[in-house]
Amino acid sequence: MKTIKVSVVTPDGPVYESDVEMVSTKARTGELGILPGHIPMVAPLQIGAVRLKNGSNTEFVAVSGGFLEVRPEQVTILAQSAEQSSEIDLERALRAKERAEQRLHERKQENVDFRRAELALQRAINRISVAERKI
Amino acid sequence: MASLRDIKSRITSTKKTSQITKAMEMVSAAKWNRGVMNAKAFVPYMEKIQEVTASIAMGSKDANHPMLTSRPIKKTGYLVITSDRGLAGAYNSNVLRQVYQTIKNRHKSNDEFAIIAIGRVGRDFFQSRGMNVVLDIIGIADQPSFSEIQDIASNTVGMFSDGTFDELYIYYSHYISAISQEVEEKKLLPLTNITASTKLTSYEFEPNAEEILEVLLPQYAESLIYGALLDSKASEHAARMTAMRNATDNAKELINSLSLSYNRARQAAITQEITEIVGGAAALE
Repeated sequence: MKTIKVSVVTPDGPVYESDVEMVSTKARTGELGILPGHIPMVAPLQIGAVRLKNGSNTEFVAVSGGFLEVRPEQVTILAQSAEQSSEIDLERALRAKERAEQRLHERKQENVDFRRAELALQRAINRISVAERKI
Repeated sequence: MASLRDIKSRITSTKKTSQITKAMEMVSAAKWNRGVMNAKAFVPYMEKIQEVTASIAMGSKDANHPMLTSRPIKKTGYLVITSDRGLAGAYNSNVLRQVYQTIKNRHKSNDEFAIIAIGRVGRDFFQSRGMNVVLDIIGIADQPSFSEIQDIASNTVGMFSDGTFDELYIYYSHYISAISQEVEEKKLLPLTNITASTKLTSYEFEPNAEEILEVLLPQYAESLIYGALLDSKASEHAARMTAMRNATDNAKELINSLSLSYNRARQAAITQEITEIVGGAAALE
């Protein structure tokens, strides 16, 4: 099967680089699957998992605050943070989740802190589910 | 001439100082290495985001965004990156001197500009001169991660969006090599001069160009700030390393010349003692 080059890049350095058969992820507008030969495209991503399929083997990368850029010969994901499933610190993610939940309980009003806690919770849940591969 | 004991104590204290500067040099060397590596790791991200931003901003003429358009300038923002600690040679003073002169030349009153100071040295400098520091950030790690910087960067970008200032310049020390750093002045906002190194691609936008710019441009500006910070961290450690090496070398020289005068003084004391004994013996005869 044809493959396409995929790289996941963050400000702290490249996270993933490989040739895969299919990239699927969640964009702001909905689920998005990219196969080789896709038309050039840019789309902002949700906090979520990027699934990279190669034969029978699927790899997961947790991404937050990112973009997907598709070019004829390669797909680039630019994210503010990204981790491969094997590199996620599950303990830390669980702690972050608890912290965020606690904060959400404390103040229920609509303000900046609330919004931030919500985002933090989303990121933590995303990391946990990617680490446990329950997607 | 100083007494033997005075010279001796000066030698010991200089030796101790040189031990400290030597240790600081080695610490800075390690940090410098890491800093340069961090700056290198950031390059692919920066290039990519620049490419995409340029493609979108240039590619679709109808794409309009407040961050791309120049507006009449009532207030100018200056983002100044310095270190928290001194002992880095001319690293901080070079940056501060240039910012200070620019501000003095461009503005007549305090209301025409706002300063965002990253680093304690810069903050203290501007505050003691009674200049308008709107935001200051100290205690940034030596190897800052992007998440640490994100708050600062988005605050800064937010200040441009809500009209605290109408343009933003960034001043930092650009790393050239271990022994040379240069003060860099960049106009950060509005983003008028986005240029791509490679040829532009025309993209499909999902959902549309405006919404993508809405997310992409702040992120782009934030990464510019992060890039400048990494760059200036690398030069800070390089500058400190060089300064500390010079200090160690100077201390060595000083110790050499002090030991020379110590030996001379000791010899003189011995000679004098012998002369006295010989003189005493001669007087007895």
